[in-house]
Amino acid sequence: MDDKRSVSLAVADGPQRSGSDRAPLVETIGLTKRFGELVACDEISFDLNAGEIHALLGENGAGKSTLVKMLYGALEPDEGTILWRGVPVRLANPAEARSLGIGMVFQHFSLFESLNVAENILLGLPAGERRRGLADKIRTISHDYGLPLDPDATVHDLSVGERQRVEIVRCLLQEPQLIIMDEPTSVLTPQEADLLFVTLRRLAAEGRAILYITHRLPEVLELAERATILRRGRVVASADPKRESAASLANMMVGAKVGDVERSVMAQRDGEARLQVKDLSAPASGPFSIALKDISLAAHAGEIVCIAGVAGNGQSELFDALSGETRARSNEAICIDGVPCGHLGVTRRRQLGAAFVPEERLGHGAVAELRLSDNVVLTRHATADGLVRSIFVDARTAGDVESRVVGDYDVRIARQDPEARSLSGGNLQKFVVGRELDRRPGVLVVNQPTWGVDAGAASVIRQALIDLAGSGSAVVVISQDLDEIFEIADRIAVISRGRLSPPVKAEDASRESVGLLMGGIGGQSEPSGKAGKPDGRAEIHAA
Amino acid sequence: MPLELIKRPEHSRLMAIASPIIAISLTVAAGAILFAAMGHDPASALYFYFIDPLSTGWSLEELVSKATPLVLIGVGLAVCFISNNWNIGAEGQYTFGAIAGSTIPIYFWEWDSVLVLPLMMIMGMIGGAAYGAIPALLKTRFGTNEILTSLMLVYVAGLFLDWLVRGPWRDPGGFNFPESRDFSEAAILPSLTGGAMHWGAVFAVIAVVVVAILLARTIKGFEVRVIGQSGRAGAFAGFSRARMTYFAFLLSGALAGLAGIATVSGSVQQLQPVISPGYGFTAIIVAFLGRLNPVGVLIAGLMLALTYLGGEAAQVTMGVSDKLARVFQGMLLFFVLGCDTLILYRFRLVRSRGPHAPCVSPANLKPVKDVP
Amino acid sequence: MTTVEAILLTVITAATPLMIAAIGELVVERSGVLNLGVEGMMIMGAVMGFAGAQWTGNAYLGVVIGILAGAAFSLLFAFLTLTLVANQVATGLALTLLGLGLSGMIGESFVGQPGIKLDPIVIPGLSAIPFLGPVLFSQDLIVYASFALIFGVSWFLFRTRAGLTLRSVGDNHVSAHSLGIAVIRVRYLAVLFGGACAGLAGAQLSVVYTPQWIENMTAGRGWIALALVVFASWRPWRIVAGAYLFGAVTIAQFHAQAIGLKIPSQFLSSLPYLATILVLVLISRNRRLTLINTPAALGKSFVAER
Repeated sequence: MDDKRSVSLAVADGPQRSGSDRAPLVETIGLTKRFGELVACDEISFDLNAGEIHALLGENGAGKSTLVKMLYGALEPDEGTILWRGVPVRLANPAEARSLGIGMVFQHFSLFESLNVAENILLGLPAGERRRGLADKIRTISHDYGLPLDPDATVHDLSVGERQRVEIVRCLLQEPQLIIMDEPTSVLTPQEADLLFVTLRRLAAEGRAILYITHRLPEVLELAERATILRRGRVVASADPKRESAASLANMMVGAKVGDVERSVMAQRDGEARLQVKDLSAPASGPFSIALKDISLAAHAGEIVCIAGVAGNGQSELFDALSGETRARSNEAICIDGVPCGHLGVTRRRQLGAAFVPEERLGHGAVAELRLSDNVVLTRHATADGLVRSIFVDARTAGDVESRVVGDYDVRIARQDPEARSLSGGNLQKFVVGRELDRRPGVLVVNQPTWGVDAGAASVIRQALIDLAGSGSAVVVISQDLDEIFEIADRIAVISRGRLSPPVKAEDASRESVGLLMGGIGGQSEPSGKAGKPDGRAEIHAA
Repeated sequence: MPLELIKRPEHSRLMAIASPIIAISLTVAAGAILFAAMGHDPASALYFYFIDPLSTGWSLEELVSKATPLVLIGVGLAVCFISNNWNIGAEGQYTFGAIAGSTIPIYFWEWDSVLVLPLMMIMGMIGGAAYGAIPALLKTRFGTNEILTSLMLVYVAGLFLDWLVRGPWRDPGGFNFPESRDFSEAAILPSLTGGAMHWGAVFAVIAVVVVAILLARTIKGFEVRVIGQSGRAGAFAGFSRARMTYFAFLLSGALAGLAGIATVSGSVQQLQPVISPGYGFTAIIVAFLGRLNPVGVLIAGLMLALTYLGGEAAQVTMGVSDKLARVFQGMLLFFVLGCDTLILYRFRLVRSRGPHAPCVSPANLKPVKDVP
Repeated sequence: MTTVEAILLTVITAATPLMIAAIGELVVERSGVLNLGVEGMMIMGAVMGFAGAQWTGNAYLGVVIGILAGAAFSLLFAFLTLTLVANQVATGLALTLLGLGLSGMIGESFVGQPGIKLDPIVIPGLSAIPFLGPVLFSQDLIVYASFALIFGVSWFLFRTRAGLTLRSVGDNHVSAHSLGIAVIRVRYLAVLFGGACAGLAGAQLSVVYTPQWIENMTAGRGWIALALVVFASWRPWRIVAGAYLFGAVTIAQFHAQAIGLKIPSQFLSSLPYLATILVLVLISRNRRLTLINTPAALGKSFVAER
């Protein structure tokens, strides 16, 4: 490819719509990828036309990310062929994919926090790129496509939505013919997602192909012209979203009908407040964290309170404050079953009957290199479960608990008492949640209970949460997944920039109203406090 | 590269045991090459270096005597390294412990009592622990990197000892040699068998047993392991990282200090400017070679003591530099670290990949659109 | 030459090896690798620099050999930590221990031999300026090289694409890899550069500072250089400030005795080490500063997903 190509957004030659008799832009034949014994992608064949928005659908673990990494040159296929405009190609690395015209916007951004926007974008461009003039190009193009950016801003100051813009603009500057987007809306409010769709439709109208990965069905129905559905690494269906419904797509995605969670109507939802949070405030612990401001919340026996919010608005900080990893300023700020515990640490709060499940499984909720039985001891060594006798750890009891949890929560393991890191995400999450539920805690606080977890495991976990509430405990769930929230919540609150909105009953809330709150109490996706930086506010309100 | 690393799903038990053995073999092989390069016959050189020192009772006692400080310090370092506290200053804690313990025989040289020795040992432990507390304090209070602080303190301790021994603690009847007065009988750690092996060896074995039980069975040992693997998970479990830092440094400092006073009292029997051939640093190698396991440390300590002895023996019999011991030790650590990779990863030959149909590299595709 | 000039000259000579070793390690750490083996690479540079000067009879060639020795030695570290993904802290320590032992062995035959000193390069004209002249413009080549290195590294890191790439690897090697950057190759090059610098610094010690070989003559300077990188918050020009500060402290022991201060020499000798601790504490107290400036990927191992 011509390295001296100037970076401007040239429109692809001629309008190209799907369904024409040209060869597809990109096609895969029998693409396969294995990781050890796991077959992540199994003989995947599909194709994509220029100008088409094509959804790649599947639940967590279906193989979508692996497939597109192969298309992008980040992974090498073990078998199969990739055809670009009818010609078989071998992509040894992302640079080669980019030179062909394949661009990718990652789900987990490939950004460099300590560098500024211009530098981040420059690193994604081919080697001959000039620095001078890049800042202007960034300004022009980003504003042009409705994704305004300030080239001199340092990335670690940007909000999540703005960081995604950097990823997209970086991709666009290379004039991609194919744009792969991996779960782009998982970090956006519904309103921001709408904006994104406008951008995508415009890009498609310019003749580019968009491969859009998601597990969210409403988006597919709204946006895509064709959908390829993966399940367990295989293509199970190719659908025309116009002719399908969310239910039929869900069926294709999951196969059997996944059981709906059952809520017992009789469950008492108005018992006494088992977790009481009053005016909890905490300063930001570092340059990258969020301060909590006057958070008040009560979770009653028998109810599930869900806290919705886009990532980066204080969820982790709130979780740490509730669990006791960070102490509150006032002892009365947090009460468990009426006992003030703001100054107490996590062990004492557990002894008061509370249990906690953090967002990160490995490296927080569990230790990767330790066996499951040791991971049982991790959170339960001080709660009179017989795991510790005087100063000695009772390995036998730990093993018993581990077996029980594994059995009760359908944790699939390859051998007896394995190391935590050998479990898949879903199974490890079932274990971590099950470990706490096994104690029958009076209060449970969970952060992102089913993030990155396959549908079957997610269903088990959500049912377990509901059952726990049904037995009289209070459950607080922090989640980014609105579908999940509306499925299990009794009451919903929204956390935005460290503040919590007053909880409302689930039946009184709508996705739209919650989405607006997620967008910001007092403004959405605003850059954190720096004057003069562009943000998308004007566009949002006009939409 | 034609080889690539694939992460194993679990630690390989087999390799955990085989790795030190492979490392030792590689070191011996490298040593043979080194000897040959220096113009000596490899076989006899290796014999004099590794086998001969094991052949007499006297030298076996020397072996144990040299292994004692290595094991004592190594056990403490194992606890430190497992908990992710990098105590590189054990040499300084050894020195300071020796100084602290020596205050009694130096100031109270006439005191003849059965209490003198236990008191000296305790003071040695306190001195070492106190010196080890400094990097712990700096790390917990200010977040200062403990590797650099503990290491700087090694130099400071050495200079302090040098000043003491040439200045205020110099033996008044010693003809101006830079050394302290000789310790009285009451202040000399008795020998176990009449030879070089003194009671320090018993301390070492006790330390091994206690720490082994601590790490394997107790909740404290669990805490050590968890915090070392993941500070965040440790906090989630209710364990305090700061307390663990103090625990690790105080424990290893005390053990290093004990090693210091025991060696000075048992082997040297006075204070001199140099009281250690680098035990505190060699103990780092001992800890790694022993896989951070107290029993392994015991075995590794004996092996590394052998390299010290071998160095002396080879110098006497073959004129080989005694610095060779250091080289062997350094090589051993390198090989241990390299072989440890096999515990978590395995090698795989990169297969020729990808599709069998003729393929085009993107660089050879014709540009599709014109540049405006 | 006045006393002040003389003192300044000795400070420059003392500061130079620290500066060179530190700037090399700065590049390494900016790429995300923590190489604690600076002391080992430096001592190898010192012994091989001295040996090289003796063998060839030429001080400059000796220095070159010292540089190559440092680089070659660093290759061991690179292989173990980048290819075999061994623990960086332990490997760095191993490098130092091996270096100290190996250099002791190699240098045994050189102990007591007089060395070949590097002559100062006098810049005509400029060196005639009173006061500044002798101090700034008639130094040996290595002093000029030290400043050239600072300029060069600063320009490289902040003004070139390659330097940006290196910084990105140190910030987030996973992101860098997914953008197609050859993380391991960048790190190998960085480590080699660091080794070459450490070798040069060591050679300066044995060929300029005291043209002699003494066992363990680096006396912890490699460790001080590591502290300097932290002190400088990974910014090249701050290394100059730190190095000269330490140079001054190191020299204090000689001049204090000359002035007749009644302080035990051991205390003066311990000043650089105590100063290092103090400086580290002061810098790390500012948590925010540390968090923002530390290369985020520092010390973390990287294995590419294939």
